[in-house]
Amino acid sequence: MKKFINELDNIEAEMVRGLVRSKAHMLRQLPDSNVVVRTQKKRERVAVLFGCGSGHEPAPCGYVGYGMLDAAVPGSIFSSPTPDQILKGIREVASESGVLCILVNYTGDVLNFRMAIQMAQMEGIAVDSVVVADDVASDTGKATGRRGLAGAILINKIAGAEAEMGVGLYEVKETAEWATAGLRTIGVASSPCIVPEEGKPSFELRDNEMEVGMGLHGEPGVMRAPMRSAEATARDMLDRLLADYKYKGCEVVVLINGLGGTPVMELYIINDFVSRYLAEHDVEVYDTMIGNYMTSMEMKGFSISLMRVDPHLKALYDAPARTAALCR
Amino acid sequence: MIDKQAIGRMLTAMAEEMHTARHELTELDNAIGDGDHGTNMDRGFQAVMKQLPKLLEQDDVGAILHNAGMTLMNTIGGSAGPVYGTLFMWAGMTCRGASEIDAQVFAGALESGAYGVAEIGGAHEGDKTMLDALFPACRALKESLQKGEAFPEALAAAVQAAGMGVEYTKLIVANRGRASYIGERSLGHQDPGATSMMLLLRAAQRTLA
Repeated sequence: MKKFINELDNIEAEMVRGLVRSKAHMLRQLPDSNVVVRTQKKRERVAVLFGCGSGHEPAPCGYVGYGMLDAAVPGSIFSSPTPDQILKGIREVASESGVLCILVNYTGDVLNFRMAIQMAQMEGIAVDSVVVADDVASDTGKATGRRGLAGAILINKIAGAEAEMGVGLYEVKETAEWATAGLRTIGVASSPCIVPEEGKPSFELRDNEMEVGMGLHGEPGVMRAPMRSAEATARDMLDRLLADYKYKGCEVVVLINGLGGTPVMELYIINDFVSRYLAEHDVEVYDTMIGNYMTSMEMKGFSISLMRVDPHLKALYDAPARTAALCR
Repeated sequence: MIDKQAIGRMLTAMAEEMHTARHELTELDNAIGDGDHGTNMDRGFQAVMKQLPKLLEQDDVGAILHNAGMTLMNTIGGSAGPVYGTLFMWAGMTCRGASEIDAQVFAGALESGAYGVAEIGGAHEGDKTMLDALFPACRALKESLQKGEAFPEALAAAVQAAGMGVEYTKLIVANRGRASYIGERSLGHQDPGATSMMLLLRAAQRTLA
């Protein structure tokens, strides 16, 4: 394992501290915790909180700031944040206007958030949640539903912008759910990442193989396939996205998200095809985000997200944001 | 009778068991999940160990179990945190205020914990989760005690039933948790949660029998 880290036990704390110190004027870390909040607490506005495991940087903490999150709650690497940490975050940003929690649909995240939200509600805080379940590679028929992938970042942007407008908790939730309803993602991985505590890759892929439908944590996807070109890979992924939702005739925002180990050069190459293929299929691209927005440490691979947008969502997507990882 | 010292020994044995089995649990989790179950369980029980001297300052067996559950919930992480946290918290609530409990109350506490877990996770037996070890163990424990068998025998029956539950998870497809995302590909794999549950019961048997 070749990683620039220090003590294994300190990885999350040092990572959060490093980020917060890089933006000391806008970020603050809660004492004895890795919860990150804005230095200036928002007034009379719904607060938006996002939590997920560590190892997905810049998510979640990189998205704290004006126009996006009020609080980010990172768990340990690839593990949901725990109820006490989520509750700490909720309490810190809570006001009369309430708190909207955004989470990705993994059993651990759902359970931990459920417990924290119940505890917060018992304290009299108005809390609601939006669960992002955008992965078309996982089955909707299952009781657990689909997994959440990088599309969560778009939902952070939309919900954060809507909250900044000063509307109520219910409206922010409704808008976030409307965006989520038209959001689909599919991922592919060509080489695994190493969870530092384990010291070895969590799965094996041969040189000529890739995993289609990979989850965010190296969970097996739906299919092993021979390694193919950017174009062939992206075509297969887009076909799955287009088969899952009627994007035809719609305007969309595209997110080409690197998993951490894939050069941005390759992401651009992928988008060269994606933009062409979507145009051929009568899908109008409003804007495309390309980069490492929600990673899996050094995993090689990428995901493609499509979010259907209307004038309201476009305005929220374009609204100003000032965070460490995303500025508008 | 089970008093706070016995509970302390049980928790210690559980922590040792989780530490010893952490790589095995992680290997099992790698096959069908995200490969952190061993590390997470070990971290949670080590946190309980750190608190143990303070926990044992009180005589209330239920409060000790409940507080251990709170610690597990906040330190294990993943879905196992709320799941095992709930097991101990509900079990603790069942015997709150008691400075010692007998076998019957222990069986009732375990069963109440199992229903708590089913409630929070929305899972049933046969979904390939830790409940596939826990519910059979609860039934075996209760039946054995009802037949008039002594606590050590009843615990042995519970551990055996849990072990059979673990074997059963190899034959079924995951319906809950991360393993459910791979559907049929989870067939043939032993569930890590059921395995850790069986190991915890074995630690209880070793120290309480």
